[in-house]
Amino acid sequence: MERIDLKKLDPEFKHRVAGELGGEHIKKCFACGICSARCPIEKIEPEYNPRKIIRMILLGLEDELLKEEFLWHCSTCYTCQESCPQRVNFTEVIFALRNLAVRKGLAPAGMAAAQNLLSQQGRMYEVGDFENEKRQEMGLPKIKGNPEDYQKLLKK
Amino acid sequence: MNYAFFLGCTVPVRNLNYELSARLVAETLGLELVDLEDFQCCGFPLKSVHFFDSLVIAARNLALAEKAGLPVCTLCSACGGSLSEANHLLRHNAELRSQINERLKEVGLEYTGTGEVKHFIRILYEDLGLDRIKEKITRPLSGFTFAPHYGCHFIKPAEAAGGIDPVEDPKSLSELIEVTGAKALKYNTMLNCCGGSVLGAKEDLANTLAGQKLGEVNQLGANGLIMICPFCNVMYEGQQKKVEKKLEQKLKVPVLYYPQLLGLALGAGPEQLGFKLNRVKDKDFLKQFEKED
Repeated sequence: MERIDLKKLDPEFKHRVAGELGGEHIKKCFACGICSARCPIEKIEPEYNPRKIIRMILLGLEDELLKEEFLWHCSTCYTCQESCPQRVNFTEVIFALRNLAVRKGLAPAGMAAAQNLLSQQGRMYEVGDFENEKRQEMGLPKIKGNPEDYQKLLKK
Repeated sequence: MNYAFFLGCTVPVRNLNYELSARLVAETLGLELVDLEDFQCCGFPLKSVHFFDSLVIAARNLALAEKAGLPVCTLCSACGGSLSEANHLLRHNAELRSQINERLKEVGLEYTGTGEVKHFIRILYEDLGLDRIKEKITRPLSGFTFAPHYGCHFIKPAEAAGGIDPVEDPKSLSELIEVTGAKALKYNTMLNCCGGSVLGAKEDLANTLAGQKLGEVNQLGANGLIMICPFCNVMYEGQQKKVEKKLEQKLKVPVLYYPQLLGLALGAGPEQLGFKLNRVKDKDFLKQFEKED
């Protein structure tokens, strides 16, 4: 990482993260580092570093952080969250950061694909005649569903 | 014991063996799984994109189950996690609950927080219990060994999952394996994450994670790795060939769903339990359960 330019820090960023669903407890971190010590992703990919991500939030390095692809490399295993003595809920913080990145247009391409699928068909995988025939062959009931609800609830 | 059967997106399209065996096991054990036509995606895939909308979707499904007066039974751990988490958050946050209910008015539903969410495995373990399952075992699987894979969202976050197992030392699935007469392995990578939710963002990273467990179980030589989530199955069964290439090592880790294993011990045959859809199987093991007639 480059040298930090103190003038570019945004002290409001941590408050914005804390205002997001899942980000509420970010300011409780006392930097013990157990999140990083136990993270299975950091062991494979050291650039993904929960403790460092928290410091970036608290320092106010918003754009530098939100554009990072590694935000999408958390496997949401909740190991950090369950180990944290301060109940920072770091796995949920990752979701909050991803939400912020999406809103700023900084998420990698394709990450928002689920939104389109769900707002159209209410499912990640389509269930058409072909799928239902296969189900019937195995003695399983037909899937009907209600995509209209999802179209109404997720319309933009 | 009746439940609203929540299939989610993946199971009813890609994991018919899991659904088929769960339905058969439920019937044999006297659990009634009621299909609610309107159930669709749990909301989990939206959480990274729009957390609030994912809660709206989860609450919609919870409201449908409340209306039917039934606790929810899920097969997928991500669905179970997403619905439990929404239930937990909305029960404890009145302001959020009213915002969500404002949205649900559009589809004529209201979430009240009176429903329960349980993974199928949890229903077997807690609602039915090991003793009652044991009574129905007609063909004990003695002499065989299986490696339980708990996965993450089945037990974590503990606050929302309701504490079926201590997160660092879970036992439910191991005991459910042992009730069939088989031996449940305790192994180093037992609690590892499958990597499934990184597959879309960085496949190589996901395969590395999956490879940690596949490598160990392969070496230990179990008769199978036991799944309770279709997402984990994608990694351990669907990606096994790619993981093999990555590790530069031949792998042969049969992967099966827990209800398939229990079904065999309850007297059903591999055909009835959908084993023809399992991609990596232990044929010698299965041969012993073919109908002899």
